[in-house]
Amino acid sequence: MGVNSVHWFRKGLRLHDNPALQEALNGADTVRCVYILDPWFAGSANVGINRWRFLLESLEDLDTSLRKLNSRLFVVRGQPTDVFPRVFKEWNVTRLTFEYDSEPYGKERDAAIIKMAHEYGVETVVRNTHTLYSPDRIIEMNNHSPPLTFKRFQAIVNRLELPRKPLPTITQEQMAKCRTQISDNHDERYGVPSLEELGFKTQGDSLHVWKGGETEALERLNKHLDRKAWVANFERPRITAQSLFASPAGLSPYLRFGCLSCRVFYYNLRELYIKLRRRSSPPLSLFGQLLWREFFYTAATNNPNFDRMEGNPICVQIPWDHNPEALAKWAEGRTGFPWIDAIMTQLRQEGWIHHLARHAVACFLTRGDLWISWESGMKVFEELLLDADWSVNAGSWMWLSCSAFFQQFFHCYCPVGFGRRTDPSGDYIRRYIPKLKDYPNRYIYEPWNAPESVQKAANCIVGVDYPKPMINHAESSRLNIERMKQVYQQLSHYRGLSLLASVPTIQEEAEPPMSDDSQASSSTAGQACTPTPAPSTPPSSEPSSPTAAAPGTHTQRKRGRPSELTSKQKSKVQHTNQAKGVEQKIDDKQ
Amino acid sequence: MKRGRSKCESFTPSEDRNKRHRSVTPTFVQTSQTPTEEMWGNLPHHVVLHIFQYLSLVDRARASSVCRRWNDVFHIPDLWRRFEFELNQPATSYLRSTHPDLIQQIIKRHAQHLQYVSFKVDSCTESAEAACDILSQLVNCTIKTLGLISTARPSFMNVSQSHFVSALTVVFVNSKSLSSIKIDDTPVDDPSLKVLVANNSDTLKLLKMSSCPHVSPAGILCVADQCHGLRELALNYHLLSDELLLALSSEKHVHLEHLRIDVVSENPGQTQFHSIKKSSWDALIRHSPQVNIVMNFFLNEEEFEPFFREETPVTHLYFGRVVSKDMLGRIGLNCPRLVELVVCANGLEPLDEELIRIAERCGSLTAIGLGECEVTCSGLMEFVKICGGRLSQLSIMEEVLIPDNTYNIEQIHSEVSKHLGRIWFPDMMPTW
Repeated sequence: MGVNSVHWFRKGLRLHDNPALQEALNGADTVRCVYILDPWFAGSANVGINRWRFLLESLEDLDTSLRKLNSRLFVVRGQPTDVFPRVFKEWNVTRLTFEYDSEPYGKERDAAIIKMAHEYGVETVVRNTHTLYSPDRIIEMNNHSPPLTFKRFQAIVNRLELPRKPLPTITQEQMAKCRTQISDNHDERYGVPSLEELGFKTQGDSLHVWKGGETEALERLNKHLDRKAWVANFERPRITAQSLFASPAGLSPYLRFGCLSCRVFYYNLRELYIKLRRRSSPPLSLFGQLLWREFFYTAATNNPNFDRMEGNPICVQIPWDHNPEALAKWAEGRTGFPWIDAIMTQLRQEGWIHHLARHAVACFLTRGDLWISWESGMKVFEELLLDADWSVNAGSWMWLSCSAFFQQFFHCYCPVGFGRRTDPSGDYIRRYIPKLKDYPNRYIYEPWNAPESVQKAANCIVGVDYPKPMINHAESSRLNIERMKQVYQQLSHYRGLSLLASVPTIQEEAEPPMSDDSQASSSTAGQACTPTPAPSTPPSSEPSSPTAAAPGTHTQRKRGRPSELTSKQKSKVQHTNQAKGVEQKIDDKQ
Repeated sequence: MKRGRSKCESFTPSEDRNKRHRSVTPTFVQTSQTPTEEMWGNLPHHVVLHIFQYLSLVDRARASSVCRRWNDVFHIPDLWRRFEFELNQPATSYLRSTHPDLIQQIIKRHAQHLQYVSFKVDSCTESAEAACDILSQLVNCTIKTLGLISTARPSFMNVSQSHFVSALTVVFVNSKSLSSIKIDDTPVDDPSLKVLVANNSDTLKLLKMSSCPHVSPAGILCVADQCHGLRELALNYHLLSDELLLALSSEKHVHLEHLRIDVVSENPGQTQFHSIKKSSWDALIRHSPQVNIVMNFFLNEEEFEPFFREETPVTHLYFGRVVSKDMLGRIGLNCPRLVELVVCANGLEPLDEELIRIAERCGSLTAIGLGECEVTCSGLMEFVKICGGRLSQLSIMEEVLIPDNTYNIEQIHSEVSKHLGRIWFPDMMPTW
């Protein structure tokens, strides 16, 4: 009775740094690498053609790499709950391995599969490698709740050990010990499908920018690290017009699908920094991109309602408008604002846009102009954006719409001005909205203001060849900022005039500093409050639906911390300068 | 489970609310051991009333069907002083709507009890029209506070002007004791303001009417002239005039507490903004030295010319779109009463000089927010050093800060924290 392993690829589409796969090989007689594909979802699921293509290319790449190791990838059509019983029997499976999925839906699905596997006498081995850290560990260290501010998150991460070092890639020797039985009709039964087979019509000429797969990911990593200037000067790269275009060194989709291990990226960055700067350890901000990803994974892991407003304990309940027509214009790049339309066009055509471009369109859709729910925007991104997975996409949309994580909402991205300041040349617009290419720089961001002669000369009349702007930005932003203020004032019970003080600050205790530079948690003082239910005065109105969520639940739990923290804080706090001032603030909060 | 408590004082509100929630179902009454059934039904009205005040409307409505006594209490006028009508169509909103039957009941039985009323409508015209219909029926009432609130697109603007105005004037005429009115983004006009003034000039204290395009400066001037108790006013800049400021500063007028002015651009190049004389502002401040003046700007860069050329007593400034370096320089020179400055966007030149001047000359500044701007780390340090502990709100987007030879981003956070006497970080945005 031998060991017959199955490794189940979901994300983690790579052979390097794949401990779960290594466990499958460990002492096994046979091994099969499996990807379960539900093709019926292709039509109905919210996944666009670029994401499918990327996935299929990644699977092809895996298959190619496995071939070199005398194995193959088995793409099995169906749903896991149907597929596994079948293959367990057919292949006499004794061990099932896969990478841990921290998302609520993933955890539920995996729990069911593990239970089923045990019923079949199949051993299951799960390894956590999609994130740098274990989300549960971070939550535990934050008094059993996920950090709700990025600075708090960083403070906790600072106290953790470095992420586990990545494992090398699977070798010939390892594979040689386990056989994979490949049947003659493998391609037919288990081959990677094509886009056409899934029901997509491809023109064949689409030069897609982002090629899926581990091979491509590792090449890109090298290119990314080659840009040593960035790492050496350690400046956050300031956005230039060029940044808006897809970079051949961009890595976010590869991290999402797991074609690139986040730990490999992390350690490569770290080692390069240490080498170039001859310092002992890099600051956390070097890993900004990776840590944001971790932050959202951690925030989402125990919250099945993370991707919606209603029933989501961390989401502010905002009375968004319901306007399918306006939503469609935004999604299809027909808003009449070239900056917004170009971004949405790039998104649809290529599957990636720069993070500042994301801020611009997200703000426009939600709190800036259209006042449409972030959930709608999230769904459009889910369809089109290569690096959007459940946690990061939902979390980012909540952040950008000021629906969670206690954001200041005053900074609004102007759909004309922000674009113009980012790319004064207008080349980005001309590339993605060719109709406007003959507009002079002065008017390309606001073609409706161009005199008729200019419009005619550019061969593009606003209202005929290109839409008129769908809203008056000045008026919309006036209205919306007032509304956001009212929503937040209800939450924070702030009745004053300050725009900034309307946002409740989250009362998180200061972390004892590890070193002089270390980031303690954020707690901007003074103003703040948690909305405690105050039954001492009768309710002043009769809302039939709540208009404010209760983020206070988190802070109230925190308030209940035992006094041991207070003494710890007091002793550490003496290191900082105005210790008295800081102490006083802490005392106020206890 | 309660154990024979018969004293009202032993109830605590929250405890009670939880328990009451469970006890409104008939099963509780049936399973009680002691004759509590009789006791609950015979509680004095004022006790039940007190308890009902902690319940939500839905819970209260359920409680009212338990017995006749509780039903009587449900209809006690005290419980109907405040009401918020929520009018939403499922096609345009996620929010629920006040039940039409309840609306009917209120109009029939409680119209005369209503004192603090608001209408929340979604972006559908029907909702706004429904609000107007209700307003028209509030004939026998003594409303003190009225609020018309659009939660999404301003649907009141789509209601026919005559329908709106006639509904609104029903309340204006009948209430005669209106003290607070919020009618932003509505088609209210000068004649309706005249009606308001004719009937409520003694009681009016608050009037918020931003973005009411059918009102003229003369219309609002009429309000200022006659309503001497007016303490809070919100309007658009085009309604602001020297005469208005002088009227608000007349001897008979109370101290003005709060003036909010929205300066909104029509399509660029089409609006020339007038200026207000310094003497008018001075008169206002002499009369109301504590007044808070909020100005929200939503303009294009070239439209700022007429503003802040002379000393302007603004306290809270928000620039919702781009504002030039020059303008920020002017503000440092001419806004000595400034308390809060929030800048959405400026551009790509560091604002160090302007910020330092503001720190030096705006001694009351306690809050500043910077969005898409640039400031060197040293510049920010200088600013913070000058302001010191009076800065209770410092909201700087991380991208704003430019590291220089003296400070990098890591250092700035600890340095600023030291000077402020509390932990401080710049604001962050996800960079995924």
